[in-house]
Amino acid sequence: MLSIKNLHASIEGNEILRGINLEVKAGEVHAIMGPNGSGKSTLASVLAGREEYEVTEGEVIFQGKDLLELAPEDRAREGVFLAFQYPVEIPGVSSTNFLRTALNQVREYRGLEPLDAVKFLSLMKEKMALVEIDQKLLSRSLNEGFSGGEKKRNEIFQMAMLEPTLSILDETDSGLDIDALRIVSNGVNKLKSDKTATIVVTHYQRLLDYIVPDYVHVLYKGRIVKSGTKELALELEEKGYDWIKEEVDSAATV
Amino acid sequence: MSTLTQQDTFQGLFAAAPENFLSIRTLGKESFLSQGLPAVKAEEYKFTNLSKKLENAIKSFSPALSFEITDSQVKSALFDGFEGDVLVFVNGLFLPELSSSIEGIEVAKLSEKPEAALGSIAKASKDPFAALNQASFADGIFISVPKKANIEKPILLLSFNKENVGQVIQPRIWIEVGDFAEVTFLDQSISLNDSSYFINKVVEIKGGVNSQINYYRLQNESKNTIEVSNIETDIQKDAKFTSVNISLSGDMVRNNLSLNLLGSNSEGNMFGVYLLNGKTHVDNHTNVDHTIPHAESNELYKGILADQSRGVFNGKIFVRQDAQKTNAFQQNNNILLSEDAIVNTKPQLEIWADDVKCSHGCTVGQLDEEALFYLQARGIDKTSAKGLLLYAFAGEVLEKIEEESFRNHVVNLIQERLGSKF
Ligand SMILES: Nc1ncnc2c1ncn2[C@@H]1O[C@H](COP(=O)(O)OP(=O)(O)OP(=O)(O)O)[C@@H](O)[C@H]1O
Ligand SMILES: [Mg+2]
Repeated sequence: MLSIKNLHASIEGNEILRGINLEVKAGEVHAIMGPNGSGKSTLASVLAGREEYEVTEGEVIFQGKDLLELAPEDRAREGVFLAFQYPVEIPGVSSTNFLRTALNQVREYRGLEPLDAVKFLSLMKEKMALVEIDQKLLSRSLNEGFSGGEKKRNEIFQMAMLEPTLSILDETDSGLDIDALRIVSNGVNKLKSDKTATIVVTHYQRLLDYIVPDYVHVLYKGRIVKSGTKELALELEEKGYDWIKEEVDSAATV
Repeated sequence: MSTLTQQDTFQGLFAAAPENFLSIRTLGKESFLSQGLPAVKAEEYKFTNLSKKLENAIKSFSPALSFEITDSQVKSALFDGFEGDVLVFVNGLFLPELSSSIEGIEVAKLSEKPEAALGSIAKASKDPFAALNQASFADGIFISVPKKANIEKPILLLSFNKENVGQVIQPRIWIEVGDFAEVTFLDQSISLNDSSYFINKVVEIKGGVNSQINYYRLQNESKNTIEVSNIETDIQKDAKFTSVNISLSGDMVRNNLSLNLLGSNSEGNMFGVYLLNGKTHVDNHTNVDHTIPHAESNELYKGILADQSRGVFNGKIFVRQDAQKTNAFQQNNNILLSEDAIVNTKPQLEIWADDVKCSHGCTVGQLDEEALFYLQARGIDKTSAKGLLLYAFAGEVLEKIEEESFRNHVVNLIQERLGSKF
């Protein structure tokens, strides 16, 4: 479904991604871990189409299409969803109005009829139940004054509404309490199918107890320096990143 | 005006002035001649060089005359959902034949009301354009809302303007609202041709004790309109006055809005949006004068500027020594959508009392790129996403418009302009 080859990206002249290779197939869950500042969010942003990043080398093919050629909105319409590490607060834009605009533009792109107000509301209700999000939150301006956990839950709610093919969850677990973590993970699991794929960026094993990864990758200094199965995450939890950093850094100096 | 003295330039206007309000006109003329048009460096007009603009654009400083207009033209000019009474003007002249007769309200041409105390609220000495109007307006309207009248439907002041023969249009509006009366005015002008003309408008509003007055104005005329307006209101004890001014078009527009808080527990509100493109230049100069204790003023203007447009905001708050316990708030926020757009914003506070609450702030920024990306990342195209954000920005002002049909009309125009479907 997603094929990333030798992806290099920089911002303001600083190279952050230095040759990422990653293959994601339908039905799979990939976890990306790595120390702070290693480039995890940068990778997520580049996939979603953030224009501040300049892709200097490499390619990204998503379902046969050159993803890097598409505008951010078209990537979303093609089925890429990024749950932001830091969702933006947008005063004055109502959550409902925003979601309805988004959903109907996505539907239009996919050749579907727009949803009328009634159908839209009933879909909202259904998805709200899935992530157990409070109606009151959605009657406010988008993310405005939401707590950290509420923002994350709202991201997964939007994901549920838009039904993406590839979901990239950037530290969706941070800021969630234990109950919220369980609810949100359950939501993500229910949205999974053999036609969708998920990339979860996280620092913590506890999320991976709920959303069980098929593969775990370690990102360090803009490269995937180690890949393995879910056991790798357990090992990292136990030993930290130092051993990997040492391996990489000593290899580099040889 | 480089080759002509100002007296000569405006001679046509003075000569055409009718033989009424003689002493008032003389005062106006003397005041105008002593002030002259604002010089290039004049502090009050330093960002808005009207003298040069007029010199270049106006070929004939003589009054634009009345012209024929039909009932169906009036009807088709009404915006969707409008329910209320209409007072029709052509080139600033009131046309009773095409206007509603409004139950409970006295409406007349000013020429039939020689007792009107013109110039007692918007004083000629304060502004040369107010003086010019006072000296040479052709006719105007007198509106009197009696005590305790609660006029539920809005009154639309609908002006049709076009350059014909001369190019100077000078509306003169006198409104008095009795004690405890409530009324909403909508002010809208329509350009019937695209040629340049100069509107020099004066509106004086005398509010009674405990009256509630809304004055909502939409400026959406042709790109060649040059307009100066002086709107001034006296607000008495326990009374509330709210102005909402929406500027969407024009060549060079200068709005002088002045509120005089004259009685305790009075409230004056000044809200505005300017959404500009092309080379439109809009200058909002507001002035609120707190003369007595325990009064409140609120001001919020928001600007969105594209292309090479220019916005000027100058908000003066004057709190006199006696005006203790004053609450005065002022805010001006701007978003620049292009590198060529310009905003000049300036709060001007003069506070002589010591026990007051007064706050002000102004910002000039760009569209929030992170918010824009967030919306796009959810599948919303860039134009709509910008529209959503800009509309949200302006929305805080638009929701101050209590008259629903007018608010919807303005919202539609703004959404259309922002080119967004949501
Ligand atoms: N505008 C910029 N100019 C220079 N460096 C930048 C800029 N923006 C981000 N960076 C750097 O890029 C690097 C990667 O950042 P990124 O947010 O992708 O890390 P991350 O792996 O997601 O970290 P975390 O685990 O803390 O979320 C960081 O070192 C960051 O400081
Ligand atoms: Mg990150």
